[in-house]
Amino acid sequence: MRDFEYEAPATLAAAVELLARHDGACRPLAGGTDLIDHLRTGRLEPDLLVDVKKIPELNVLELGPDGLRLGAAVPCYRIYEDARIAAEYAALADSCRIIGGIQIQSRASVGGNLCNSGPAADTTPSLIALEGTCVIAGPGGAREVPVERFCTGPSRNVLQPGELLVEVRFPAPPPHAGSHYRRLIPRNEMDIAVVGVGASVALDESGRNFVSARIALGAVAPTPLFAEAASAALAGRPVSDESIARAAEAAREIVRPVDDMRGTIDYRRHVAGVLVERVVKAAVARARGEEIEYRPGH
Amino acid sequence: MAKKRIVTATINGDSVEFLCEPRQTLLEVLRDVLDLTGTKEGCSNGNCGACTVVLDGRPVDSCLVLAVEADGSTVRTIEGVARQGRLDEVQQAFLEGAALQCGICTPGFIVQAEALLDRNPRPTEDEIRFYLAGNLCRCTGYDKIVRAVQTAAEARHAARA
Repeated sequence: MRDFEYEAPATLAAAVELLARHDGACRPLAGGTDLIDHLRTGRLEPDLLVDVKKIPELNVLELGPDGLRLGAAVPCYRIYEDARIAAEYAALADSCRIIGGIQIQSRASVGGNLCNSGPAADTTPSLIALEGTCVIAGPGGAREVPVERFCTGPSRNVLQPGELLVEVRFPAPPPHAGSHYRRLIPRNEMDIAVVGVGASVALDESGRNFVSARIALGAVAPTPLFAEAASAALAGRPVSDESIARAAEAAREIVRPVDDMRGTIDYRRHVAGVLVERVVKAAVARARGEEIEYRPGH
Repeated sequence: MAKKRIVTATINGDSVEFLCEPRQTLLEVLRDVLDLTGTKEGCSNGNCGACTVVLDGRPVDSCLVLAVEADGSTVRTIEGVARQGRLDEVQQAFLEGAALQCGICTPGFIVQAEALLDRNPRPTEDEIRFYLAGNLCRCTGYDKIVRAVQTAAEARHAARA
């Protein structure tokens, strides 16, 4: 593997200083499950790795009255092993349970998944559906970016040289809310999504009408997409096959997938709609307090 | 060349100190520096699980961990599974159930199965298959491996009943 230096700063300020000083020739290291592979294959050639796992702000996982704070270096297992977080932010836990295998989930972080900015990243649609906001630190201070505006292209995002993703913040779920993430893969586990869909819904007290919804799509465009029209198609509507089918159609209209070995453009467009219907229905069931029939990997 | 680092870790119960370059993975150091060659290199990209070790209580692919990251941590490898020369229930079940052919994937499967049974002593077949999804075997197929884990779970349960 390529030769590089390694630093593990204990403070956010020290990490930002290192990243800024080594502008461009430096990469933050969280779980390393993508980064170390990219170093080995020569896809990335940094001179310095800044291990961010010793920085307290990046290890925060805190559920409070204002919502959830998810530090950028928190590994996947901590999310789904926290029963309250897994219940209140179910789509996020669904994503974390199916990223790679268990060994990967021991290391891989949601923040790293977002910063790699892959079009098929399994956590990103859930972050968008749950209305996540990125908190970014940099030499010029802190700034916030909604998750749906973070990725700008395959492996590209809004982070400027010297900037570091610190955490993703989520609002507290509204009453009668539920969420879900599901992907289509031809295997049972350990694969990259052909299409992935995350959705959150809030219902009224009767459980028969949508108050609001957020739907996000993965693997159907150069970046994960917030399906705004599809989400708006549900707000204020009755929960019915018709309203959900209209949202699915709206989602199909915004996809811009590629043809590749995982699926053709037409196939991905079709599946995007199918998954929107299934994922919204599962989110509705969860919002009503029902158990959904869903086994990770199936 | 980057300066070598001194790393201290507890490996299979022993306090160990070693020198490594930042670019060396935990897998490389276990095998080439510490001579713990039971941990195997398969794909070296986190797909096959042949290099699985338990790091601070969590199973990880040691090919995707830098050895410097293991400073101050506790590592358990396949060499730490048998106690006082006696195979444990998982090893015994793999042996008796012939849950291997070439054997390259076996240390990873056994370490991963240990991690599963430590967390979930009576897993269902589905749970076993899901937990072992990050371990690939290219010889036998998985049925005998899954059955060996079930047998080991029963043996552990019987031993502790």
